[in-house]
Amino acid sequence: MGVQAWTFVLVGLSFALYIGVAIRSRAGSTREFYVAGGGVPPLANGMATAADWMSAASFLSMAGAISFLGYDGSVYLMGWTGGFVLLALLLAPYLRKFGKFTVPDFVGDRYESRTARIVAVVCAIFVSFTYVSGQMQGVGIVLSRFLEVPVTWGVVIGMGIVFFYAVLGGMKGITYTQVAQYCVLIFAYLVPAIFLAISMADTPVPQLGLGAHGADGVSLLARLEGLHQELGFASYLDGSKATLDVLAITLALMVGTAGLPHVIVRFYTVPKVRDARISVGWALLFIAILYTTAPAIAVFARTNLLDSVRDRPREELPAWFDKWETTGLVSWTDRNDDGRVQYLGPAAEGVNELEVHKDIMVLANPEIAGLPDWVVGLVAAGALAAALSTAAGLLLVVSTSVSHDLLKRTFRPSISEKGELVAARVAAGVAVCLAGYLGIHPPGFVAEVVAFAFGLAASSFFPVILLGIFSKRMNRAGAISGMLSGILFTAAYIVWFKFLHPELSTPEHWWLGISPEGIGALGMALNFAVATVVSRMTAPPSAAVQALVEEIRVPRGSGPAHEIDA
Amino acid sequence: MERPRHSLDRPPAGGLTPERRAEYWTRNVRLLTGLLLVWAAVSYGAGILLHRWLDQWMLPGSGFPLGFWFAQQGSILVFVVLVFVYARRMNRLDREFGVDEED
Repeated sequence: MGVQAWTFVLVGLSFALYIGVAIRSRAGSTREFYVAGGGVPPLANGMATAADWMSAASFLSMAGAISFLGYDGSVYLMGWTGGFVLLALLLAPYLRKFGKFTVPDFVGDRYESRTARIVAVVCAIFVSFTYVSGQMQGVGIVLSRFLEVPVTWGVVIGMGIVFFYAVLGGMKGITYTQVAQYCVLIFAYLVPAIFLAISMADTPVPQLGLGAHGADGVSLLARLEGLHQELGFASYLDGSKATLDVLAITLALMVGTAGLPHVIVRFYTVPKVRDARISVGWALLFIAILYTTAPAIAVFARTNLLDSVRDRPREELPAWFDKWETTGLVSWTDRNDDGRVQYLGPAAEGVNELEVHKDIMVLANPEIAGLPDWVVGLVAAGALAAALSTAAGLLLVVSTSVSHDLLKRTFRPSISEKGELVAARVAAGVAVCLAGYLGIHPPGFVAEVVAFAFGLAASSFFPVILLGIFSKRMNRAGAISGMLSGILFTAAYIVWFKFLHPELSTPEHWWLGISPEGIGALGMALNFAVATVVSRMTAPPSAAVQALVEEIRVPRGSGPAHEIDA
Repeated sequence: MERPRHSLDRPPAGGLTPERRAEYWTRNVRLLTGLLLVWAAVSYGAGILLHRWLDQWMLPGSGFPLGFWFAQQGSILVFVVLVFVYARRMNRLDREFGVDEED
């Protein structure tokens, strides 16, 4: 069987698996649709959260990005895992005790404010759509590259699958499908990494291989660092970003992760407060398996690439080079007409002739390592699992925001349970179609808006939820003024440098040298400061709200359908 | 330790007196402050602020410069441990104060 046949078989099998799981776990009530009936075992919820969190970008692009950024890529590794510590210690158990369905539910009830609820809903929808268009685009790219169907058809197929289990099954269908998707994606990620580790470092554990010594006694990292210096690339072990900027980006990504609505909502789905605590641990463990493998793949692939192309005659390059040259992910121009590939960094004397796209590090890995055809098909199935699971989780946040937060809690409180469920399904359906449209016609600024999503989550949700739990004195005026100042400051900074004056977006012009990716950290600090000062100057919240805060701080009493009347 | 057994008409907030409730909360905040200090020390400390200085040593028995290891492997492993430690210690604290959830 060839690569394409294997891809068809493995992708087809994985899709059949997801649909089978979805049919077995249809949602019959709004509670099942929104939070899977609150009955998901913590281990399963951890796996589902991991699949929900790890997107097409984590699967396809992260290892490649690290292999080009070296040390600077650590901001993603620490930023996208460290947020789960904040989530476990500061948010998840208390929100589980609070026990309603969404993040805007908490914001609206805790601060007794329709305005706060609506601000939260708008942020949740914006953040989720930002993300989801990238996922659908990822689905289209993978299907078109591996199965050679047009991108549009790829997106439509992906939409059909997501539509099926998200609209039918709601959170219940999504959760159990994501458990299956986690298994597929982690297997697909590890198999090539293990093969690479065996061939390059004599160990089947990629994490150990990253720190291994080669046959000559020189460590892999030292050898790569030497190659980088020789070829004029920036240091792999040191990086080139300013320390303050690295701090700010890491903090913004961590806090943003903890504030993302599609991640937070997962911890409403477990039966008990103690399940919410341990469930974050499982989620982080499952995420860490991929996140500690990624830097290993980055080093293996980078070393492999430099070894196999530098200063080689073009005809002698391996077959994978020809294949990926036709896709445009690698391109070579013989600037000095010597028929050899000069791959050089900015500090080298001489002209660089090779451009390499970062996504190739994961996509072409199996071929670079000379792995069998079925592994290539497996990588395609894994990338699709990563993209589809994240898309489904995000679409659920959008549909819940519309049917629950906007209809039920704000504009049509009289709506029946059945009517709300219909509205949720319709909203999910519309959201899938809209996401598909964005996937086929991606707005040119997808990469830029990711900074936006994290910046907004960091500067709005995180402080307002944290203060709502840890400060009984925090009131409506403080929360709203804090959220607004945090969002406006962060959004203004990002819009200024990313959309209005992209040519000025260099460290000399940034405020304190902090990039737009890291500005959410300052937005968060501003939110905390404004909220604290304003709340001290205004009346404390009502006795009912103070009792609510006392209630969520203690685990006992979080029944399966517990509602606290504030 | 007296554990309230009644579940239907129990007083709010786990049935604790205001003093016990305040003590429970102080213990919780103390625990998570300690864990967050470790969280910050391995990532912002060892992984970022001190990574160049730490790079002069290797992680014993490997080819990892220590600062780089913290930034790309060590901090993530510590994060996982922190969350499990938190879950364990909090469950114990809940039982001590009799506010753990009935099965």
